[in-house]
Amino acid sequence: KSSVQTIGEEQIQNPYTELLVLKGHQDIVRFLVQIDDCRFASAGDDGIIFLWNAQTGEKLHELHGHTHKITAIAPFSSSDVAEEKTNLIITASADRTVIVWDCTSGRQVQKVSCFHSTVKCLTVLQRLNVWLSGGSDLCVWNQKLDLLCKTSHLSDAGISALVELPKNCVAAAVGKDLIIFRLSASNNGSEGWNILEVKRLVDHQDNISSLVSVNDLTFVTGSHIGELIVWDALDWTKQASECNFWDSSVHPDVQPEIKLSQSPHETSVQHLTSDEECVFAAVGKGIYVYNLQMKRVIACQRTAHDSSVLHIEKLPNRQLISCSEDGSVRIWELREKQQLPAEPVPTGFFNMWGFGRTNKQANQAAKKVQENTPVYFLELVGDLIGHSSAVQMFLYFGELGLATCSADHLIILWKDGERESSLRSLTLFKKLAQNGDLQLKL
Amino acid sequence: MISAPDVVAFTREEELEDDLYREPPLPEEYSVPLFPFSGQGANPWAKVAGSKFTRDFILISEFSEQVGPQPLLTIPDDAKVSGTFDLNYFSLRIMSVDYQASFVGHPPGSAYPKLNFVEDSKVVLGDSKEGAFAYVHHLTLYDLEARGFVRPFCMAYISADEHKIMQQFQELSTEFSKASECLKTGNRKAFANELEKKLKDLDYTRTVLHNETEQQKKANDKGYYTTQAIEKANELASVEKSIIEHQDLLRQIRSYPYRKLKDSEFHPYEPECALDRADVGSHDQDLTASEPGETHLYTHVPSYTPKLIKAKSAKCFDKKLKTLEELCDVYFFTQTLDQLHHIERTFRGDVCYLLTEQISRALLKQQSVTNFLFEEVSFLDEKPPEKQYRGCQGLGQDAMDEKCLEESLAPKVVISLGSYKSSVECVPIKMEQEMEDSEEPKMSESVMSEHQENLDYLDADIKGSISSGESIEVLGTEKSGSGLTKSESQASLPAMASPQAGRSKVGSRRTVSEDSIEVLSTCPSEALIPEDFKASYPSAINEEPYADDDEGGLRFTPRANPGVHDGQDDISKQESLVQVDAACCIGKESPNFLEPLAEQLGQRPCEEDGVVRIPPQPYRGPAEQGLRGGFPSHQGLSGGLLPYELDSRHLTGSREVSKSSLDECSDSTSHISSAASTCSDRTPSPAQPACAAGDRHRKRAGQNALRFIRQYPFAHPAIYSLLSGRTLVVLGEDEAMVKRLVTALSIFVPSCGGYTKPVKHWVTSALHLVDFQKWKLIGLQRAVSPAGVNVLHALSRYSRYLSILDADSKTLRCPLYKGSVVARLADHRTQIKRGSTYYMHVQSILTQLCSKAFLFTFCHHLHLPISEREPEESVVSRRMNFLKLQLGLANEDIKIVQYLAELLKLHYIQEPGQGGSPLLRFDYVPSFLYKI
Repeated sequence: KSSVQTIGEEQIQNPYTELLVLKGHQDIVRFLVQIDDCRFASAGDDGIIFLWNAQTGEKLHELHGHTHKITAIAPFSSSDVAEEKTNLIITASADRTVIVWDCTSGRQVQKVSCFHSTVKCLTVLQRLNVWLSGGSDLCVWNQKLDLLCKTSHLSDAGISALVELPKNCVAAAVGKDLIIFRLSASNNGSEGWNILEVKRLVDHQDNISSLVSVNDLTFVTGSHIGELIVWDALDWTKQASECNFWDSSVHPDVQPEIKLSQSPHETSVQHLTSDEECVFAAVGKGIYVYNLQMKRVIACQRTAHDSSVLHIEKLPNRQLISCSEDGSVRIWELREKQQLPAEPVPTGFFNMWGFGRTNKQANQAAKKVQENTPVYFLELVGDLIGHSSAVQMFLYFGELGLATCSADHLIILWKDGERESSLRSLTLFKKLAQNGDLQLKL
Repeated sequence: MISAPDVVAFTREEELEDDLYREPPLPEEYSVPLFPFSGQGANPWAKVAGSKFTRDFILISEFSEQVGPQPLLTIPDDAKVSGTFDLNYFSLRIMSVDYQASFVGHPPGSAYPKLNFVEDSKVVLGDSKEGAFAYVHHLTLYDLEARGFVRPFCMAYISADEHKIMQQFQELSTEFSKASECLKTGNRKAFANELEKKLKDLDYTRTVLHNETEQQKKANDKGYYTTQAIEKANELASVEKSIIEHQDLLRQIRSYPYRKLKDSEFHPYEPECALDRADVGSHDQDLTASEPGETHLYTHVPSYTPKLIKAKSAKCFDKKLKTLEELCDVYFFTQTLDQLHHIERTFRGDVCYLLTEQISRALLKQQSVTNFLFEEVSFLDEKPPEKQYRGCQGLGQDAMDEKCLEESLAPKVVISLGSYKSSVECVPIKMEQEMEDSEEPKMSESVMSEHQENLDYLDADIKGSISSGESIEVLGTEKSGSGLTKSESQASLPAMASPQAGRSKVGSRRTVSEDSIEVLSTCPSEALIPEDFKASYPSAINEEPYADDDEGGLRFTPRANPGVHDGQDDISKQESLVQVDAACCIGKESPNFLEPLAEQLGQRPCEEDGVVRIPPQPYRGPAEQGLRGGFPSHQGLSGGLLPYELDSRHLTGSREVSKSSLDECSDSTSHISSAASTCSDRTPSPAQPACAAGDRHRKRAGQNALRFIRQYPFAHPAIYSLLSGRTLVVLGEDEAMVKRLVTALSIFVPSCGGYTKPVKHWVTSALHLVDFQKWKLIGLQRAVSPAGVNVLHALSRYSRYLSILDADSKTLRCPLYKGSVVARLADHRTQIKRGSTYYMHVQSILTQLCSKAFLFTFCHHLHLPISEREPEESVVSRRMNFLKLQLGLANEDIKIVQYLAELLKLHYIQEPGQGGSPLLRFDYVPSFLYKI
């Protein structure tokens, strides 16, 4: 029996009590990218990029140029010394073009269409003022879209993920391999760059599905069969690895039927995110919290959703948001329970905290294993139901709310109703003052 | 002569009032004068007198120069309506009151004939013998072939109910002015057309004559002219003179719209197709004017071929006069008929009904901030065209609606026939120059000078009408309720001297008149208005004292009461003031209108000139106007005033407010209305049909709602869902049943500011999130098919946004409701039987809710911190305290008001151009399942 935790209709901690549906896309919306404090772009399979105002939900621009679906999108703020900072976005599409757009005017700045294969990932190295495109080969471009240098053909499958590393290095996930490239200034030109393969890491048993940089010293990769490897970002050595952490043998509390039903797909590391302490992994339907210092999984929610978790993100307030193919978005909170080993656990205690039965079990089980260390657990504090199909990605805008995009062609802006209400009051009184209705005459 | 029964009626009523209106049970805005004969035990629904027609109708008559007064048509065009009523006789009556037989010809000191752009005259006359009372609107159309170029017409609204005419005078006047302006616009076009043709003819004639003269000169080499040659030369000269005259006429007629254009908001009425039609029309005129043989050629030729004009024109009685249709071309004629039909529909029915309707409409319209929530769209939609033209001037139609009430205190003038001649005689005629004068200030065209302009116009009008022999009384009464500033009025005072003289003469003469037609005042007579009524509607003139003293007070007193005590003091003070005013106004305008008439006229010279001594109000935008109608008192909040008190007070206040601004604009009533009618907003507004449909809908919805609350014990939480903005889905197999439930519940759904209520009667496919944004009440089909499973799946998925009323199994799944508002709204033991009554009941409670939401929304400190350092928490607690203590809301009722407040905010901050952003607000609250 599925043990997906559910939360009732009463969600005190869920701040999102207002929503705005943004319509525009005609196909699956796969990417959301933040441009600045109040703008974001969305792109998907219809090849159109929309720019939105995150506060009002107003559609700012509609960028047409690609004929196929968008495969990668990256924001890029050009920083010419003389000019003001302009916000650009780079988009790559299955039509084998890359277009640079100006977010302010909504115009196409430049278009490159000399690719041999679809560009699957884009990375901007802001420090060097260059950007990289990864398809079947890796190309380095400057801001004016001059090709600075490129690697030889790597593989037909192409680069699936790119991450920037210190010392002008990038890590590219090519199939099962992780290749470290180094960018170096070429001798002959002022703006010339060379790209060299420095190291090839072959520790993963299956295709690398996610790649994320934790800090200047560490980066993490996850593969389809659920391997999680923590790498040193400077010397590219393996610091730690966790390959069966979904396995019930590590956690004795897991019910046997889950293990039986586990297929490779359900163990795939779909997405990784991190803060300074922990790496959060979306593995199959579950969410796992891996502590980098303790080098172990400190909390998990094995079946966080009814179906694969597609994207997770850590919020500053110890909260974690996940979205899934089941169309829901869930908000979790990482809680710490310091327990004295000898103290018996009163049954009412958990109820007071709103624990579900599952949590209680997991918690008690964890307690058995690690008696003296703080016990962490992920508590469901809210869920957002609005999309009728898989939620592909979301973008957390802090106070402004949360934007989610989905296969049902919609983007939903979730907002804090209280805050919106008081903002509206503010606007109202501003308008009243403008109209001169506010003065009291006695 | 005023016949005795009429006088008795008035006096009797005066007595009645005292007893009946001492303590008005209704809010005074809603009190309508009692049926005057009720004291005699008469059946109030019986016809007032033995009128010979079954219902009100509109009559158009002409004073034909050939046959005299004759009826042209009636609306509705049904012989049954007028019955045995003698239209010919009545036409004679109403046409004989035409004071404005416009002077056209050669005024002294002018070389050429002048067209006289007179304003229409509007009078009320009664014929007690026929049992008919009529609002009569005289107008003059131009016809080149008519004597003096003018054809006098009149349109009359004839009713058996004198009160109706009196009370609705202002409305009738506005509406008829539109019709009249439409006719006149068409007529000007046609007339200009005719003139152009005539000019071409003349030009051609001149050429021919010139050639002939030349030939004669050549042929004749003798030293002297033959008589023939002299004759020809004379003829040529006269043709040339005629050309100049006609050119001048053409210039005059063409300059008219421009002259008007400089008026505040004049929109000339220029439909696209009108020109073509006008052409066709003028060809028709050719048919009548010239030999048929010739005109065949022109019918399809756009350019006009001039023809020779004979020196001697045909005899007056030989020619056939143009019909009204020809005079103002088909298009405008039909437009006018449409307008008249619209008038007929609007003023159908009992006067009490009309009045109540108008009053509540006017009051509602003032509440522009909240009225969108529960009022019907059609109700709010029909923006009176005046609003646009009046624009900055104020409340437009709202004001006009109330105008009728204020009119009650306007001076009453009783005049009779035969007297107008004398006034014509004694008034020096000097028109053109004054018209010129009136144009000059318009050049400045600034908003500030608007009053001045209007004044000038007024001036010109009066003078113009004097010169044309128009009745001063008519004008005077028409404009008497108007408000202009004292200072401004002074400018016009000197010019008024002679009209004054004329008027008093009229007044004194009227008693000796022998005519049997009474021309009553153009405003509801004083005697008809109960005292309380008067007190609440002091005339602009009477409220002058405190209008002068504290203008701000006038505008803000009701809102800004720094506490209960002060507030109440204020009230009483104000009331006493009002009463004093009312009293003195009664004294001044005592209904013994037989004797002191001349005296009255003498007493209030400037008022009757349409000049009222209200200081000019600063310019206010329409939005502000709306808001001012009901702005909450900030201090009042702290003072613990009950919202009801606040409310009623704000009503009184707003009335005064609206009045003062109304007075500003009403001075130019005749102008604006005539100007307005030329605007393109010609399509008759579907006010009446819409209302009728609305009535039916209300009745049905009310009935269904009554049934619902009696049938379903869980009606309260269902209604709560609707009021708090949670979408309610009515699920059922039977479409009719679902739709009935949806109709019943729809009266509880607040609108979101859009043009339609967010109600969807019947949906068969699965619902999505977007639907909940758009619709707050949905009828959903329950189907057994796989699609039906999807539908149910979607329902359970989105259950947190929904309340689900299952019509088949009679269950309701929705959040708990523990408040008290809905209990009052939907008491299943209610004694109310009728649907429309229940609808009213619901409306009244919803209006209370609206006012609470309004107060809540617009109290600054409830939403924003008082000082910058104030923490958010204290604002929140203040807010909750206000909701609980001040507004007396409990539990879930708070959410209702909060939701309504949110709608108000959205509505107010929404830019006019764009629609409101489709927000979906929701709460994470548990739902419960209710069963019967």
